[in-house]
Amino acid sequence: MLRTWVSLIVLFAGATGGALLLRRRWERTARGRRFFRHPTSTTGVAVLAFFVLVAVFAPLVAPYDPAAQPDPVGLQNRPPSWLHPLGTDLYSHDILSRVAYGARVSLGVGTLAMLVAVTLGAVVGAVAGYMGRWVDAVLMRLVDVGIAVPRMFLLLMAVALWSRLPLGTLIVLIGVTGWFGTSRLVRAEVLSLRERPFVDAARALGARRSRVIFGHVLPNAAAPLIVSAALGIGHVMLLEAALSFLGIGVRPPVASWGNMIADGRDLLTTAPWIALVPGFAIASVVMALNALGDALRDALDPREEAT
Amino acid sequence: MTEPAPLLRVRDLKTYFVTGRGAGTARAVDGVSFELFPGETLGIVGESGCGKTVTSLSILRLIPEPPGHIRPGSYIEFDGRNLLTLEPPDLRAIRGNRIAMVFQEPMTSLNPVFTVGDQVAEAAIVHQGLSRAQARARAIEMLRLVGIPDPETRVDDYPHQLSGGMRQRVVIAMALVCRPQILIADEPTTALDVTIQAQILELLERLQAELGMAVMLITHDLGVVAGTADRVVVMYAGQVVETATTKELFAGPRHPYTEGLMASIPRLDRPAERLYSIPGNVPAATHWPTGCRFHPRCPHAWDKCRSEEPPLLDTGTSGHSARCWLITEPQRRRPLP
Repeated sequence: MLRTWVSLIVLFAGATGGALLLRRRWERTARGRRFFRHPTSTTGVAVLAFFVLVAVFAPLVAPYDPAAQPDPVGLQNRPPSWLHPLGTDLYSHDILSRVAYGARVSLGVGTLAMLVAVTLGAVVGAVAGYMGRWVDAVLMRLVDVGIAVPRMFLLLMAVALWSRLPLGTLIVLIGVTGWFGTSRLVRAEVLSLRERPFVDAARALGARRSRVIFGHVLPNAAAPLIVSAALGIGHVMLLEAALSFLGIGVRPPVASWGNMIADGRDLLTTAPWIALVPGFAIASVVMALNALGDALRDALDPREEAT
Repeated sequence: MTEPAPLLRVRDLKTYFVTGRGAGTARAVDGVSFELFPGETLGIVGESGCGKTVTSLSILRLIPEPPGHIRPGSYIEFDGRNLLTLEPPDLRAIRGNRIAMVFQEPMTSLNPVFTVGDQVAEAAIVHQGLSRAQARARAIEMLRLVGIPDPETRVDDYPHQLSGGMRQRVVIAMALVCRPQILIADEPTTALDVTIQAQILELLERLQAELGMAVMLITHDLGVVAGTADRVVVMYAGQVVETATTKELFAGPRHPYTEGLMASIPRLDRPAERLYSIPGNVPAATHWPTGCRFHPRCPHAWDKCRSEEPPLLDTGTSGHSARCWLITEPQRRRPLP
């Protein structure tokens, strides 16, 4: 138990100190100043860093095995106490342990699924925008279809094909159903970028088409892409939570913040901490990511570069 | 200067653009022929919209297709091959490597998200497969060659950190990194102020002498041509209207359009008076006038000019020809107002 408190305090201090240190170093550059101009961005960095650290050092933070059910009768739905700082749930799981290990799953799923989605969206959007004509028409109609079909329905359909969904498949599925918006964003960006003279200059240098698209044009669309990725992680985490809440995402005994909320939904009046603790964790991370996304948008906007 | 074997031979180049909704076909370049000899500077002069830039883009096949297309029958010979029928990999091996291009706007022809070093080395990476360290060393060497002070630190700068003149030097360094045989410079000084213009032109001249390349200098500014070019091609309405050595052309222009261009330059050796301007504008490329394309703006035009298109006529001096019926009927010439 001492180990838990010490590591929590160290991680919290580390996250806050790290955020402040980062701010001090970055404020020397114009880009860093724009990033930290937002009052929320320092807090956002600290909160996100704290949860990432908790996920990485989950074995140190968690006082118990997150799947252990020491006393399903006597330790049911206990409120926070010295031995169980955030209480226990219906199965006598220690909630702090589960939130710590759940951070790995929730943040991991969010980040990886977003990487899949952003990669797909960037490639499809860049190719459609640069090539134009029938390539653009075909790809964008595909995207229209993808956007028109509700995402939850696509996921439910896919889930129906697997009786027990492996975590890797869940990540790929969330990623594969989540790139449509990104591809439109990138396409719009590339449509205007491809008319810029440096594209002709790159072609005149003898660069092949793939090099022009991915080496010269796409890096110019990095700013909106990074922002949409930062905001998207939060979105994916909410989606994972919703799926797990519905019982089709991450399955017990593996803890994710989403299935923890699901576990606590019937006990909100009698044992509110079961759902509130993971709910608070999700809300904090999503808000932190939104703050970061906004700050990144300002920091990376090349239009502000000149001033 | 004229040597027997031309490096680049453009024959009857026709680049048309299909414009939307029945506006017709814009014949931006309509039967242009000229030659570029090793080591020379060829000036290509004309007003906006006369087809200079489209000609230069056509040589490297950078015309956006559609709406543009180069008509069959056009022929651009380089190194014994027709550039217009090359397969894309063969064409890429020439672009940036043996024929390079400098674009008009140094502000926008540099990619804002890469350092100038990355961009200067790009062609060498594409064509010669240099490693990172080699590319950086080459970039520094090129920046030094084009006269950028302190190239070891400048190599890591982004384009927005440089002034306009420095950016144009970077663009030139980019084009020259593979030591091309031909450099096509499309209005390289238009976006710069006059003192920087002179520096850039001097730089081009020095590099040409050092590297022994041929330069195609595209400009609307006869003053630039007079200072740098060995030969001049004057374009009007998608055609070559006059070609001569620079000396010949300035001593005695034979096409009324060239005369008009020259009369509209302020001169130090004449009393200041109102400058001459050629009446009217360049006609639309979708509807070139019949006969001589210059006749609606020409002070000398008569019936024949309106109905019959003159070919490029030899003026009797070697290498000097003009697309004007006055060559055959000089008595029709009227004194300029």
